[in-house]
Amino acid sequence: MDSLLHVSSNPHVRDRMTTAGIMYRVALALVPAALFGVIHFGFHALLLIIVTIAACLATEFLYEKGVKRPVTVRDGSALVTGLLLALNLPPNLPVWMAIVGAVFAILVVKQLFGGLGQNFMNPALGARCFMLISFASAMTNFSYGTFDSLTGATPLAALKAGQEVNLLDMFIGNIPGTIGETSVIAILVGACFLLIKKIIDFRIPLAYLATFVVCLILFGGRGFDYQWLLAHLCGGGIMLGAFFMATDYVTSPISSKGRILFGVCLGVLTAVFRLFGGSAEGVSYAIIFCNLLVPVIDKLTIPSAFGRKKSAKAAERKRNA
Amino acid sequence: MQTMARRTFKGGVHPADGKSLTQEAFIHRLRPTGDLVYPMQQHIGKPAKPIVAVGDRVLARQKIAEADGLMSVPIYASVSGTVKAIEPRMTVSGNRVLSVVVENDGQYEEAPKLPVLEPGTDAAWKETLLSRIAEAGIVGMGGACFPTHVKLAPKEPDQIDYVLVNGAECEPYITGDYRRMLEDPEGILEGLHIIMTLFPNAKGIIGIEDNKPEAVRELTEAAKGYADISVRSVKTKYPQGGERTLIYALTGRKINSDMLPLDARCIVCNVDTVYEIYRAVIKGRPLTKRVITVTGDAIAEPGNFLVPLGMNHREVVEAAGGFSEAPEKIISGGPMMGTAMLALDVPVEKGSSCLLCVKKDVVSTTTQTQCINCGRCVQVCPGRVLPTRLAKAARNHDEETFIKLNGMECCECGCCSYICPAKLDLTQTIKSMRKDILGRRKK
Repeated sequence: MDSLLHVSSNPHVRDRMTTAGIMYRVALALVPAALFGVIHFGFHALLLIIVTIAACLATEFLYEKGVKRPVTVRDGSALVTGLLLALNLPPNLPVWMAIVGAVFAILVVKQLFGGLGQNFMNPALGARCFMLISFASAMTNFSYGTFDSLTGATPLAALKAGQEVNLLDMFIGNIPGTIGETSVIAILVGACFLLIKKIIDFRIPLAYLATFVVCLILFGGRGFDYQWLLAHLCGGGIMLGAFFMATDYVTSPISSKGRILFGVCLGVLTAVFRLFGGSAEGVSYAIIFCNLLVPVIDKLTIPSAFGRKKSAKAAERKRNA
Repeated sequence: MQTMARRTFKGGVHPADGKSLTQEAFIHRLRPTGDLVYPMQQHIGKPAKPIVAVGDRVLARQKIAEADGLMSVPIYASVSGTVKAIEPRMTVSGNRVLSVVVENDGQYEEAPKLPVLEPGTDAAWKETLLSRIAEAGIVGMGGACFPTHVKLAPKEPDQIDYVLVNGAECEPYITGDYRRMLEDPEGILEGLHIIMTLFPNAKGIIGIEDNKPEAVRELTEAAKGYADISVRSVKTKYPQGGERTLIYALTGRKINSDMLPLDARCIVCNVDTVYEIYRAVIKGRPLTKRVITVTGDAIAEPGNFLVPLGMNHREVVEAAGGFSEAPEKIISGGPMMGTAMLALDVPVEKGSSCLLCVKKDVVSTTTQTQCINCGRCVQVCPGRVLPTRLAKAARNHDEETFIKLNGMECCECGCCSYICPAKLDLTQTIKSMRKDILGRRKK
C-alpha cells in the first residue's frame, strides 16, 4: 500500500443511474411514437425528426463552445428536446422552420437561462408555442397523404365542430396530427416503460388526466358521454403532453404533493383551453403556463418533515422563546 | 399517540448489500501480537482519564482509564503487558487522541472478573445494574458510542413503553450483528431481559430486517421463554436501523430532531450493546473486545472477527488473509455512514463495527452534473425533507431558507447522495451546514 488512500465524506457508494442514463431512457421511450409517426406520415416526418435533433445538438454544442462552458451535448437532454419538438411538429412542415424552432428551444429557452436544470419552461414546448405564433398556418396544417387540406382537420377540430370521430383510429393513431401525438398506443407503450423504470412519477399524468376528465364532465355540456370523453383523451397532444412533457423534471414540482397539484392545474387549464378557447388544442399552452406556476406550487407544498406537524419556523420560534 | 407498527418507513434506498461475503463466516477470535493502543475518547462525552503510568504492568481486563464524570466511561486493557507510552495517537477519525499504549507480552494474564450479579427488581438492584453498565465501559456498539448507562437512566423509567433492540443491521456489508444473533441468541435475550428490569412497564421488541430470516427464527425461538419480549421482522431497506426509522417501524411513533426516543417512550439499543450488558452482568466481563466485519473486494478472506479493542487494524487485515489487491479506499464502518480512513495503522475502537476495503473508490470516478430537479432525493429521504433545496441553501449560506426547509431534520443517512443521478454531494453539503448551525446554538 504505497499509494495514498482515498478519503471522502460518507456515503461511499452511489447508485448507478446518471442524468444521461435518464435522458437516454426517455429518448428510448419516445421511439415507439416516433416510429409510428414515420411509418404513418412518411419520409418527410423522418427528415424532420433527424433535422430537429441535429439542430438541437448543434445549437447546444456551438453555444457552449462559444461561451466556453463545459459541453453537455452527451448528457442526452438536447437529444430529448429535439425529439420531443419534432414529435410536436406537423408532418409536412418546411425543414427550415423546424431548424428555427430547434435553435429557439435550445438557445433561448434553455441556454440563455443557464442551461440544463435552469430553464423555467419546457424547451420543446416553449419552441412549439413560439412556432405556433410565428408560423401559424404551417404549424396548423395537418394535411398529409390521402388527407387533403380540407379533410386534414384533426379529430379534435372535428370534435369541436360537432362532428363524429372514429375512436379506434384515434387510439391506433390513424388520424392527422403532429408526428408523434397521434398514436395513443405507441405513446402508452413508452409511458409504461418510463413508469416501470421509475423514470417518471405517475402522479403528474394521473392527476392531469383525471382532473381533465372531471372538468370535461362538469363543464363540457355533454355530461358523462364516454365516447366524447375518450375522444378528448385520445385526441390532440394530451397523452404525449401528460406522460412526456408535463413530467419533465426541470419544469415540474419536486414534492409528491406539488406534483399532484401541478397535474390538477394542468387538467383544469387544458379543459378550459379546449372547451372555451379559440383553437381546438390547449395542451402546449397549459403546460408552459403551469411551468411558470412551479415556483409557487413548490412554495405551497413544502413537505412537513418526519415527526413534525408544525412548520420548522414555529419550532425555531419555540426554541428561541 | 398511535401505536400501530408499520414494519417500515417512507423513503430509503437499496444499495448493493455485499453481505454474502461474510454472512456465513463464524465469529473468529483474534489474538494480537503487536502493541495495543487505547484512545481515551471512544465515546460521546468527556474523554476517560488514564490511571496507569508508563512502565506499569497491566493485566487483561484491568482498568487503565477511569470515567471523567457522568458522561464518560472507563477503558480496560484487552491484553497483559507493559504501558509503553501515554501520548496522542492517530485514531480512525483521523484525529490525534490521547492514548495509552500497551506493549503486548503475549501472556494474556487476566485480572479477576467483576463479581457476577444476580438480577433483581428492586431499586437497589437498578442502581447496581446501572453502575455495573457504567463500570464495564459499555457504549452504543452500533457506532454512535453514547454511554449506555446514561441512555438507560431516564428520569421516569416507569414511563417507558418499549425497549427496542436494533438488529436491523441495514448498513451494507456488515454482518457482525447477524452472526452474534445466530451464534448466541440466548445471550441477547438475557441482556434484553436484564435491561427490562429497569423499565417495569416496558415490552421488549427485537427488530430484524427480513433479509435475515435465520436470525429472526433463532431469536424467536430463544424469545419463547420471555412473555414480554417479541421478535419482529422489518422491511429490508437502508436506513431501517436508524433510531427514528426503527421506532416508527416497530411502534408507529414518530420523533423529530428535537426529540429523544424517550419522547416516544422508547429506549433503543443495538443488539451488540445488549449482548455486552449480558456479558458484563452475568459473566462479569468489562468491554474489552468487539465483533468487527472485515470485508470488501480488496480483502483476501473476508470474515467476522472478535477483536481485542486497541488492536491495530493492520493486524486485523492480516488475520483476514491480507489484501488481495491494494485498496483504493478503506472505510471504518459501512459504506453509507462509515468514515474513510487516512491510514490503516490505527486501533480498533468500541465503535468499530466494520473494516471495508475496496479496490475502487466509486465516488472518485463519478462526474458531477447539474441538478435536474428529478426529485429522487426527495423520494428517498427518510426525514421527508427536500435535500437538493437544502444543499442549495447550504451552498449559498442561506441559513434562513435552510431552517425554513426543515434542514435540521436531516439525519445524515446519505440516501440523497447515494441516489442522486447528478452525483451531487447533497448529504455532505447539508451536513456541514447543520454542523455550523448546531455549533453556534451550543455557544
